Amino acid sequence: MLKMTNLSKAYRTEVVETYALRDFSIHVREGEFVAVTGPSGSGKTTFLTIAGLLEEFSGGEYQLDGADVRGLNDNQRSRLRNEKIGFIFQAFNLIPDLNVADNVDVPLRYRGLNAPERRRRIQESLERVGLSARARHYPSELSGGQQQRVAIARALAGTPRLLLADEPTGNLDTQMARGVMELIEELHRDGATIVMVTHDPELAIRAQREVHIVDGQVVDLMAAPRLVAGAHAQL
Amino acid sequence: MFAYYFGLALRSLKRNVVLTALMIAAIGVGIGASMTTLTMFRAMSGDPIPQKSTQLFAPQIDNWGPTKQHVVPGDSENFQEQISYFDAMNLMNAHPARRQSAMYATGLALTPANPQLLPFQVGVRAAYADFFPMFDVPFRYGAPWGADDDAARADVVVITPELNDRVFGGANSVGKVLNLDNRDYRVVGVLDKWQPIPKFYDLNNDKYGGGEDLYLPFTKAIDAHMESWGNRNCAGDFKPGWEGRIHSECIWIQFWAELPTAADAAHYRSFLNNYAAEQQRTGRFSWPPHTRLSDVREWLVHQHAVSDEVRILVLVSFSFLFVCLLNAMGLMLAKIMGRSGDISVRRALGANRRAVFSQCLIEAGVIGLAGGLLGLALTVLGLMALRSLLSDEVNRLTHLSATDIGLAVSLGVIATIIAGLYPTWRAVQVQPAWQLKAQ
Repeated sequence: MLKMTNLSKAYRTEVVETYALRDFSIHVREGEFVAVTGPSGSGKTTFLTIAGLLEEFSGGEYQLDGADVRGLNDNQRSRLRNEKIGFIFQAFNLIPDLNVADNVDVPLRYRGLNAPERRRRIQESLERVGLSARARHYPSELSGGQQQRVAIARALAGTPRLLLADEPTGNLDTQMARGVMELIEELHRDGATIVMVTHDPELAIRAQREVHIVDGQVVDLMAAPRLVAGAHAQL
Repeated sequence: MFAYYFGLALRSLKRNVVLTALMIAAIGVGIGASMTTLTMFRAMSGDPIPQKSTQLFAPQIDNWGPTKQHVVPGDSENFQEQISYFDAMNLMNAHPARRQSAMYATGLALTPANPQLLPFQVGVRAAYADFFPMFDVPFRYGAPWGADDDAARADVVVITPELNDRVFGGANSVGKVLNLDNRDYRVVGVLDKWQPIPKFYDLNNDKYGGGEDLYLPFTKAIDAHMESWGNRNCAGDFKPGWEGRIHSECIWIQFWAELPTAADAAHYRSFLNNYAAEQQRTGRFSWPPHTRLSDVREWLVHQHAVSDEVRILVLVSFSFLFVCLLNAMGLMLAKIMGRSGDISVRRALGANRRAVFSQCLIEAGVIGLAGGLLGLALTVLGLMALRSLLSDEVNRLTHLSATDIGLAVSLGVIATIIAGLYPTWRAVQVQPAWQLKAQ
């Protein structure tokens, strides 16, 4: 589903070149639930933005759902993002002017779906997250947990092949975080491929597999067991 | 997607009412100021007779020569606005055009037959019968007098609908009699509404319309020694009395000729030069032929029908609009940059650059539409203010046509979209990863 091989991302200024990712390789198979962990500044977010086609990479290869994404233009990247990827952001990122249904509608509009199809998908995805009764509410009228559920519904409405979650419970209290994680696990059980970036080791162990990033590179935790303790200590 | 973007624009504008109001106000005030002056300018500089403006010509003959131009300075080519009675009569008698008329403004005292109405003064235009068909003057009742009436110096008049309303209650007054300076004149026609602006055929008197209540034969006016109510400029001596005056080199007559084709105009130009050369040969002119033939548009330019002050005012107003648009652009930029997060999220959810561009530009268009409508309202107020400040003759200009209304709104939308291009371009540059990295 997601395969990066020797991928690198460099930020260049006139005097210095800084690598956020270097020789970065990862392979996420269809239906997998992978947690990506690492200390602050390790390159987790850069990995996520590149995986989500939000940013271009400097070198290496990236195949998404079997297609090489290198060299795609803005239109192609936007279309691919819209059709294949669902985002769950830490700060929910709902648009405050739009009610719940209209927020879920956003990616469907850019897909160019007709109105009945959009209505059907909005209804289904809101039912899936248990918020169909709140369709006309505005984000400010919802709790943090409910807002994150709306964001998940928005990600699901487009029936993406890959869900990318960035600290999905980072802005929630324990009880709400538990509810959201249960929902994500349920989505995985139903077959979704999920890549979740997190600082939280308790969340990371709920994934099938944990990928640890240090200094822009994937570290094989099984091959270097001492790093496990160190890594978790840093988290 | 247009309806979707339009809806988003309305939501976005409601999101920050103060900022939205400031943007709309900036555009509205700019549009209002520029449309107010532009409306006045267009009315003052418009083609007063578009269907015939290229076929109507004003001949000018320099009968003062280079030594007397200092008496009353002429235009840049040393031509005076009017011609002498002597030249006017020679042109009329030569009859080289399809239609022509010498004319001047005068006035009479009208004593209504209805004893309940008091006598009052009326503005009169003395002209030839050709005046009416030459200028396509519309008639409500009756018809112009004929060439035979000109020749007979007949006591006939054509009256305006306003005078007809005042004296005859708006009824068909053809055949009725008007007492003017204690002499009875028979009404042969009543005009329909007709008011070319500017009044190109006589810019001496009330050039933005009005001032004329009735028309009578030029020959009759001369025969009755009706004084000119317009400018009369003289250079050199002349004998006293009416006869001395009309045979002097004083200039006080307007003259227009209808020349339907370019060949007719070229022929008339030759005729004018030949006429001036003949005057030189007879010793009346001691200078080579100096004549000019101008169609309506050329005439208005020569006579500075639109003052330089008005042109400067229009320029200043549009500069003000430009400043207003710069302000609106700054506010739009602030608004759009304040929404970078939303734009970034939309980009992450699949919006390409064109979608963001369209959304922002439609929002700018909605602001422009609102600004244009506000500008229209302010234009109406501006024109009302002009009415209270300026003279009556300018007041006649201060009305808004459907074209003006369309122009105000279109100007608002187009100018705001242009002003919104830079903020929109900045919005398009928002990276989809921005919001994710900002967390």
